[in-house]
Amino acid sequence: MKRFILRRLVAMPFLVLGIVTAAFLISHATQGDPLISVLGDRQMDNPEVVAAAKARWGLDRPLPEQYLVYVRNLLTGDLGISIRTKQPVTRDLLVRLPATLELVIAAMIVGSGIGIALGVLAARFRDRPFDHFSRLFALIGSSLPVFWSGLILLFIFSVKVHWIPGPGRLDARTTPPDFVTGFYTVDSLIASDFGKFLDALHHLALPALVLGWAVMGIISRMVRASMLDVLSQDYILAARARGAREARVLFHHALRNALIPTLTIIGFSFAYLITGAVLTETIFSWPGVGSYAVNAARNLDYPAIMGVTIVGGLAFLITNLITDIAYALADPRIDMK
Amino acid sequence: MAMASTNAPAWRRPSWLTLPVAAGGLIILAWIIVALTVPLWTPYDPVMMAGRRLMPPSAAHWLGTDALGRDVLARTLWGARFSLTIAAAVISAAVVIGALLGALAGFLGGIVDGAIMRFADVTLSFPPILLAMAVTASLGPGMQNAAVAMIIVWWPVYARLMRAQVLTIKQREHVEAAVACGAPPARVLSKHVLPLCWSPILVNATMDFGQVVLLAASLSFIGLGASPPTPEWGQMISEGANRFYQWWIAFGPGMAILSIVLGFNFLGDGVRDLMDPRTQ
Amino acid sequence: MNAAPLLDISGLRVAIPTATGTVEAVSGIDITLDKGETLGIVGESGCGKSITMLAAMGLLPPHIAVTGSAKLGTREILGLPQAELAGLRGKSIAMIFQDPLTALNPVLTVGDHLGEALRLHDSHLSKRAAAERAVELLDLVSIPEPRSRLRQYPHEFSGGMRQRVMIAMAVANDPQVLIADEPTTALDVTVQAQILEVLRRMRERLGLALIIITHDLGIVAGSADRLAVMYAGRIVEDGEAEAVFARPRHPYTQGLLAAVPRIDAGMRRLVPIEGAPPSLTARLQGCPFHPRCPHAAAICRSEVPRLAATDGGRVACHLADRLPALTPPASEARAQ
Repeated sequence: MKRFILRRLVAMPFLVLGIVTAAFLISHATQGDPLISVLGDRQMDNPEVVAAAKARWGLDRPLPEQYLVYVRNLLTGDLGISIRTKQPVTRDLLVRLPATLELVIAAMIVGSGIGIALGVLAARFRDRPFDHFSRLFALIGSSLPVFWSGLILLFIFSVKVHWIPGPGRLDARTTPPDFVTGFYTVDSLIASDFGKFLDALHHLALPALVLGWAVMGIISRMVRASMLDVLSQDYILAARARGAREARVLFHHALRNALIPTLTIIGFSFAYLITGAVLTETIFSWPGVGSYAVNAARNLDYPAIMGVTIVGGLAFLITNLITDIAYALADPRIDMK
Repeated sequence: MAMASTNAPAWRRPSWLTLPVAAGGLIILAWIIVALTVPLWTPYDPVMMAGRRLMPPSAAHWLGTDALGRDVLARTLWGARFSLTIAAAVISAAVVIGALLGALAGFLGGIVDGAIMRFADVTLSFPPILLAMAVTASLGPGMQNAAVAMIIVWWPVYARLMRAQVLTIKQREHVEAAVACGAPPARVLSKHVLPLCWSPILVNATMDFGQVVLLAASLSFIGLGASPPTPEWGQMISEGANRFYQWWIAFGPGMAILSIVLGFNFLGDGVRDLMDPRTQ
Repeated sequence: MNAAPLLDISGLRVAIPTATGTVEAVSGIDITLDKGETLGIVGESGCGKSITMLAAMGLLPPHIAVTGSAKLGTREILGLPQAELAGLRGKSIAMIFQDPLTALNPVLTVGDHLGEALRLHDSHLSKRAAAERAVELLDLVSIPEPRSRLRQYPHEFSGGMRQRVMIAMAVANDPQVLIADEPTTALDVTVQAQILEVLRRMRERLGLALIIITHDLGIVAGSADRLAVMYAGRIVEDGEAEAVFARPRHPYTQGLLAAVPRIDAGMRRLVPIEGAPPSLTARLQGCPFHPRCPHAAAICRSEVPRLAATDGGRVACHLADRLPALTPPASEARAQ
């Protein structure tokens, strides 16, 4: 097992380099002057700014040297200055990261929790109405454009029925809790402010559900398939023959095995969630990396766009690594494979 | 004189026509017909003002009108033309490029394989939407550039599939026989290996259609794809988001996307069930 | 033999609904097992021997219809609710399966398995006490270094060891009946003898009644007290093992014995039974064996023969009285 993890870790730097190189190539594919990707239209008229940028990014030097400068800047955490906010992109992202993480983690919990439950029950009640219903539910979840379902559900539950509060992470009149993690839910609990905790949770509910619905679908299908596979195995029959009751057979024996292949799906659904976050944060006025990315795209704020892309790629790599490690830990047979 | 009774044989449902396959197929077929024929029968032009602005659904305008007074239903139906065309173009190009590169990688092995697969791996390291965003922004917003970006995002999927297929087929005996007979590599590849590799690629390509429609709409939603006044679904939802209380503006295109992608997902799910040896 | 039998199965029928109609996998089986006795159930694959025992224990899926009676002591267990059956399984009746690799949960250690077997039936048993008892059990089945073995996973054991672990789990709660379904089929020949030895020792030490289900006559030759031969979902012959081996009455049993190589018989040709067993779906009229029977008569094709008592056992054959009981080539009875 250790060898497996080591192999994966060793491959990481190369993939990171690949991401950085790809970002470099993309930003140099920009129409016209490569400076646009760093400065934007208006600042191009200012010769001082242009000269400073040229020096910083080495743009008057040959391409390979530019590449090295680019990599060096990246390694020191310099992602350029956002055209829109005039702040370093890195700083913008760090400020907004906790909001997105809170949303994505909440969606992951909701999505996997309900997804696994649905999958287990669908396998248990195979071919019965519940199974068909959960299949339909899953398919709809994978077919919905999240930016639209978010919109419609927000309209219904916030305007028509008033179950859900308005946009944002907290009520407009409330101040955020003192910063510890940046997660309003966790931070308000740490500050023992239960009113604020409930408010934050209330605001988190719908976005997390909307995002979670998409991954609920693929997870429940995977769990169902795995469970059906596992339930037909001899060791399930043997467990029953020992006297294990249905619930124990389902959860202690079957689910533990069925979850192993499901782990890769859970890791993979992280990509869905990143995509979802990018598309839904604007709908919910959620001040995270996603809405930052959308604003950057709408304004053609190249440094910000590239910054978000690089960070997204890295996040992706890290989650894939974590998934692989979790898989290795869960399956005692891994070194045999 | 006896009358010969000729009963027409009762129609027996073919075994592959399961409920998901039928439902999915019908939905897709319906949309294809709409996309092809809508110019012939809509009463309203999708880009011209047709009534008062921001009117809720009524008898005259079944899905109401938008901020410029255009009929939402007509725009929704017209949108199919753009979405289906773009998806078809992107998938075809991604399949051709991906399959070609994947076949070369699998067949030639060595450095070629390594290089192509590294490219593919790096491309797949990015969340698709972000990569598509970055590339489109670099090239400049617009439907064509968005299509190019999507092709760049999607080709590795088919490259990997094709490579895996080629690697399996390559080891089969009839290929070894062909090589032993002295057939040149290009011929072995085209005549003996490739014909057996296509089917999983084609099946996956059909099932990916829905995902490409979603991605295209997403890019338009954030302003990098189609621009007004094009009646593209993502674009329309973006307009609808600005008019939150006029829910019908986003409702039409959203339902359209949902139904088309659902159709493809039904079809894909049904096809996957048919091919799964366990359910046979 | 005068006391009530430990396990009494009568009139057991198992009907499996399929897309093309109902298939009767088991058609009226009567089996008895006395305390301390070893019964061998012999037959080809697909004759229904495993299904019979699974049905008796209530382990078949609910859509399969099981009718008849199965009594453990005086208690009827067929049709009991699953919760009650779970209390009996692993405690009064235990079962071990053919392939010990697939019968053990790959993500649980051997200690987990044994602990579960023990604590399912004794909720007051602490984890530590269960672990101690588990070590004793592994020792009982002759597994070396039992304490360190507890933390290992099934794939880290050899086939024979895995089967010993299964036996240990099965006897953990001192059951009255142990059903061994093809216990040696998945194992090497050299290991087979070891496992049979372990089973024999369990029988002696714990006074178990044992049912061995197998298609291999050699397995039961040395160990069974009584034998039941099954064909196409029915018992065609049963009786004292020695008697059945020495003087088989049913043409099928005779065929089986003629096809088994014997050390004491010198060189002779093995005579296989011609034809193949009927598929579950194509059950015929009359005696199920008649297409392959060298003595088949008209009555055999139309009427199903019933099990009728003969000297020392029962036979289901219309021609049982008229056919001579075949004596195997050597005058002594069994091959080892």
